[in-house]
Amino acid sequence: MRITLDIWRQKNPRDPGRFERFEVPNVNEHMSFLEMLDVLNQQLVSEGKEPVAFDSDCREGICGMCGFLINGEAHGPLRNATVCQTHMRHFKDGDVLRLEPWRASAFPVLRDLIVDRSALDRIIAAGGYTSTRAGSAAEANQILIPKPSADKAMEAAACIGCGACVASCPNAAAALFTGAKIAHLGHLPQGQPERMGRAIAMTSQAHAEGFGHCTTIGECEAVCPAGIKLEVISRMNKDFIKATLGGYANEVQTLAALPPSAAMRFFEAEPPKKEP
Amino acid sequence: MSTSVSPVSAPRATRLGALWNSAVGKKALMAVTGIVLFLFVLVHMIGNLQVFQGAAKINHYAELLRISPPFLWFTRIVLLVAVFVHALAGIELWMERQRARPVGYQDYRPVVSSTASRTMIWSGLLILLFVVYHLLDLTIGVVNPRFEHGQVYANLVASLSRAVGAAIYLVAMIGLGFHLWHGLYSMFQSLGLSNRGISPTIQKFAIGFAVLLTLGFSAVPLAVILGLVG
Ligand code: HEM
Ligand code: SF4
Ligand code: FES
Repeated sequence: MRITLDIWRQKNPRDPGRFERFEVPNVNEHMSFLEMLDVLNQQLVSEGKEPVAFDSDCREGICGMCGFLINGEAHGPLRNATVCQTHMRHFKDGDVLRLEPWRASAFPVLRDLIVDRSALDRIIAAGGYTSTRAGSAAEANQILIPKPSADKAMEAAACIGCGACVASCPNAAAALFTGAKIAHLGHLPQGQPERMGRAIAMTSQAHAEGFGHCTTIGECEAVCPAGIKLEVISRMNKDFIKATLGGYANEVQTLAALPPSAAMRFFEAEPPKKEP
Repeated sequence: MSTSVSPVSAPRATRLGALWNSAVGKKALMAVTGIVLFLFVLVHMIGNLQVFQGAAKINHYAELLRISPPFLWFTRIVLLVAVFVHALAGIELWMERQRARPVGYQDYRPVVSSTASRTMIWSGLLILLFVVYHLLDLTIGVVNPRFEHGQVYANLVASLSRAVGAAIYLVAMIGLGFHLWHGLYSMFQSLGLSNRGISPTIQKFAIGFAVLLTLGFSAVPLAVILGLVG
């Protein structure tokens, strides 16, 4: 099959960027979407052109590295799947596909389809931990966990941190991500000691990072490859309101906006000058 | 993960202040004030339907509402504060959201969301403009063609029998319907009262009341235009 691609090209975070059109004439329908891009890049490299930069690692939907919009939908048209799990058989011969990076002020574009998602790491760092007894390992079944709680925690823990929820949200909110992280610890007995402070710390961090607010649009749930449910946001809101009215707000510390991540520094650096 | 932790000292805030300073808290305050405004418009709509029982009935109802000035002013102040908090929070959050995605998508296709959910700020601002017009028209009377204090029935017939008067009213009520279609659903989520089991029921509740209120309010101008009331 023949595929035409309109891909966002941007050299570095300061470059204004533009769309560039590519033709991929011999696409096998059994290829995954990223393999199709590999073929394109091979073609570009052999022509001496700069390949299209995109993130990927596991290529089986578990690491959360890949992700961009295909024709206006985060991770493309396949539901409950990442871009790397999407295959070319989901498209038709002659399709014109527009590939656009996640867009949010908290996700600066580093190059082409790669964005810096370290803001999500800082949300986790702000409160996504539990206190444990260090030293000798505790007996595994010491704390009993009811099956429904374990299931809900497990379900929320499926979030791979890809950022599609932010990308698809008209408010660029990170509510589904933050809600998933809060629910995954908050459903477990081990997560209770920090529960109140966690809701405040993580939502405040998301606010400080410049993500928008949740207005219950529901696009995040629809595109989430991990099937995270909208109800995690409701739980997060309840924890937050309880904690704030309970007077925890002044006890919680927010993290400073950090210096640019290593990736950001790498891409922001001037491209190396060629020897004359 | 390239993350190190350096705490920032934030200014100390009261509990209510802490709610207002956060995005989640602002939405919770919007939900609470939204409930107050929803209960008000519901009672208001039911009161309006007395138009169909004749001039004497609704004029008497209006008198009853004014029987106790302290109660009247208490209600007015509660509503004013609710509108103020609700609208200010909505506008502030909307401005933050503009900054959250400075570069928009070339191509963005909503998968599941309703138009109502994506246009809350516009339906809200429409309601705000209408409320100002409505007070000038039927409470204060300065934009009413033939205003007389206490003559509720005659005043509303005078205003709504003009095409422009009826049109403004109907458009605003459609806006209100859109706002409630999503708002009455979203407020449960904002207060942390929603979950996957109850969410479809909440959706039906929201749609039901949005349709009910739009039809109930619109019945009055439609009846005036059709000559059933006048
Ligand atoms: C009769 C008057 C009004 C009623 C009954 C009403 C009701 C509601 C309700 C129940 C919500 C949901 C709150 C939540 O999600 O937590 C809401 C949201 C909202 N309202 Fe209103 N509202 C009214 C007037 C206004 C006005 C005057 C504005 C002016 C700016 C406004 C702007 C908004 C905005 C921006 C939202 C947030 C949208 C979202 O979360 O998706 N509303 N309203
Ligand atoms: S909630 Fe879903 S869409 Fe959002 S980061 Fe996690 S896996 Fe990705
Ligand atoms: S590359 Fe790991 S989820 Fe797609």
